[in-house]
Amino acid sequence: MNARLLPLLATVAIFLAAYAICYAQFPAMLSTRVIGNLLTDNAFLGIVAVGMTFVILSGGIDLSVGAVIAFSGVFIAVVLRETNLPPPLVFLLLLAITTSFGAFMGAVIHYLEMPPFIVTLAGMFLARGAAYLLTLDSVPITHPVFSQIQDLYYLMPGGGRLTLIGGLMLAVVLGGMLLAHRTRFGTNVYALGGGVQAARLMGVPVGRTTIAIYALSGMLAGLSGIVFAIYTSAGYPLATVGVELDAIAAVVIGGTLLTGGSGYIFGTFIGVMIMGLIQTYIIFDGTLSSWWTKIVIGILLFSFIVLQKGLVWISSRERVRPAGAK
Amino acid sequence: MNAGIRALGRIAPQLATLAAILILVAAVFPGFFDISLANGRLYGSPIDILNRGAPVALLAIGMTLVIATRGIDLSVGAVMAISGAVAASAIAQGLGLAATLALALGAGLLCGIWNGILVAVLGIQPIVATLILMVAGRGIAQLITEGAILTFSHPGLLFIGGGTIAGLPMPVFIWIITGLLVGLIVRRTALGLLIESIGVNLRASRLAGINTKILLVAVYMASGLCAAMAGVIAAADIRGADANNAGLWLELDAILAVVIGGTSLLGGRFSILASLIGAMIIQSVNTGILLSGFPPEFNLLIKATIILIILVLQSPRMVAAFRAGRRVRKTAEAKEESAFS
Repeated sequence: MNARLLPLLATVAIFLAAYAICYAQFPAMLSTRVIGNLLTDNAFLGIVAVGMTFVILSGGIDLSVGAVIAFSGVFIAVVLRETNLPPPLVFLLLLAITTSFGAFMGAVIHYLEMPPFIVTLAGMFLARGAAYLLTLDSVPITHPVFSQIQDLYYLMPGGGRLTLIGGLMLAVVLGGMLLAHRTRFGTNVYALGGGVQAARLMGVPVGRTTIAIYALSGMLAGLSGIVFAIYTSAGYPLATVGVELDAIAAVVIGGTLLTGGSGYIFGTFIGVMIMGLIQTYIIFDGTLSSWWTKIVIGILLFSFIVLQKGLVWISSRERVRPAGAK
Repeated sequence: MNAGIRALGRIAPQLATLAAILILVAAVFPGFFDISLANGRLYGSPIDILNRGAPVALLAIGMTLVIATRGIDLSVGAVMAISGAVAASAIAQGLGLAATLALALGAGLLCGIWNGILVAVLGIQPIVATLILMVAGRGIAQLITEGAILTFSHPGLLFIGGGTIAGLPMPVFIWIITGLLVGLIVRRTALGLLIESIGVNLRASRLAGINTKILLVAVYMASGLCAAMAGVIAAADIRGADANNAGLWLELDAILAVVIGGTSLLGGRFSILASLIGAMIIQSVNTGILLSGFPPEFNLLIKATIILIILVLQSPRMVAAFRAGRRVRKTAEAKEESAFS
């Protein structure tokens, strides 16, 4: 069996096992209502985590996404309050801004040869600062289009609601899977993660791909910001602090190798669902405190990182053994 | 003598930046450098900068060592929260000051050992290894405080955050003495050189006979200990342990202080003194913005600008271009000279 599939299978197994435990304790957990809410509540995290997966697959990291989501919400709220622009136009404007912001960071990373970690850290400060410049308060969004969007849903059998933003997340995951596994861009991303030098020698356009990866992450962070604005009906510059860490955790729990080059978008989706499931369980239980979420996520992170280390170690031993045997 | 001049040359850019910022603030606020003595304690903006900068300065000491080994410690903010929570709950249970401090600092050391083992023994890259504690650490701190903000009024513990010796606040003494101690330990022994060699090439250092595993764990332990001290100061300062907000985002300030101090994120040569000046630069910017009446949120934009400028100056491409430019000029001069002679 392909050893690369093992982390993904482990993720899926953990998700199913966790869901089974939840179901045994609270049979209501299996209702489509809970599943619908799980998708809606984690829609913004799922979308941004897909972008993060591409970044991590390429061997990079993007710390700016949480700040970009906050900036997006504030930008939408303030522009809608101050002008008469129709919301779709505002959304397009915002996506253009966040995409070029991501592309700019990618260009800095590539042309100045700086570690992605520190460049996107500066990007995080910039985006958060820009959000503060627009407003310091929580700005409510009262545009009628927003309440219309919130009311859009597909009624699943059993009374569960698949909301528009939940559906959008599923669409982004599907799109991400196609992009990663069925296009040249996706192959280039995996190649970059395997090693920049090797990728360059194979003819991968390193600069263009790096810029495109961070532009994609910026665009999805903007889209996630739109979803978050719809979800909360407000823009707040202090919102979504630490979402970049949640997204990174979801990617790792989803089985993607943090050194890049190996992983699946679908795993990230399951990772997001596992994190959502923990929160849902805590709400259902009612006596546990929310800080358990952080501890459980920390434990999961640790186990997956050790699992990956073990797999890498085993596969490197297997590669050595036949040579030694002959 | 020569070594002293060289050391001064090393920190000259940081000193110049600090002086420029202080002069800029003083130009806007003529009374900026005024220091007054009241109730046996010095007051004034410079003292305030030294005092408020204590947590970041302490974190920067440990972070410098970690970054010199080509690592990074993202967990220091969470470790601050843990040690503050341990100190508050220990003192609330009636333990003495010495036992409380031992427990709080011990918690920091334990966190450092955990990080160090993940990095050195399991071989996980540092940013990921310390991310685990960064995510889970605040949860652990909340577990200790049971979700509440634990307040305390033990005079001995409060003295660490707000007491004065010879007119200077206690935190100032703590970070300056810690900085001196660590500086002496790494520079008067071969330890600093060994740490730098790990940062330059881990494999070569191991082959050269350096016990890289022990040294790496020790470096992360030092970082954990510094973070624990910062955590106790922060808790004593607000007279309570706040698991959610203690040390929040200070890891970024600490990394920034180290980067301003000229220590490369790619490991190798480091200077604790330069990092401490970097921490003071950050605090001067913070204080200056507060004084100027701008919303403190402008901090972020200014910090981002500082990082971007330093990034451009430090980037391998720019350094290479600068060197190449100098070489071209030198050869051109040499040609001119030979043409004249």
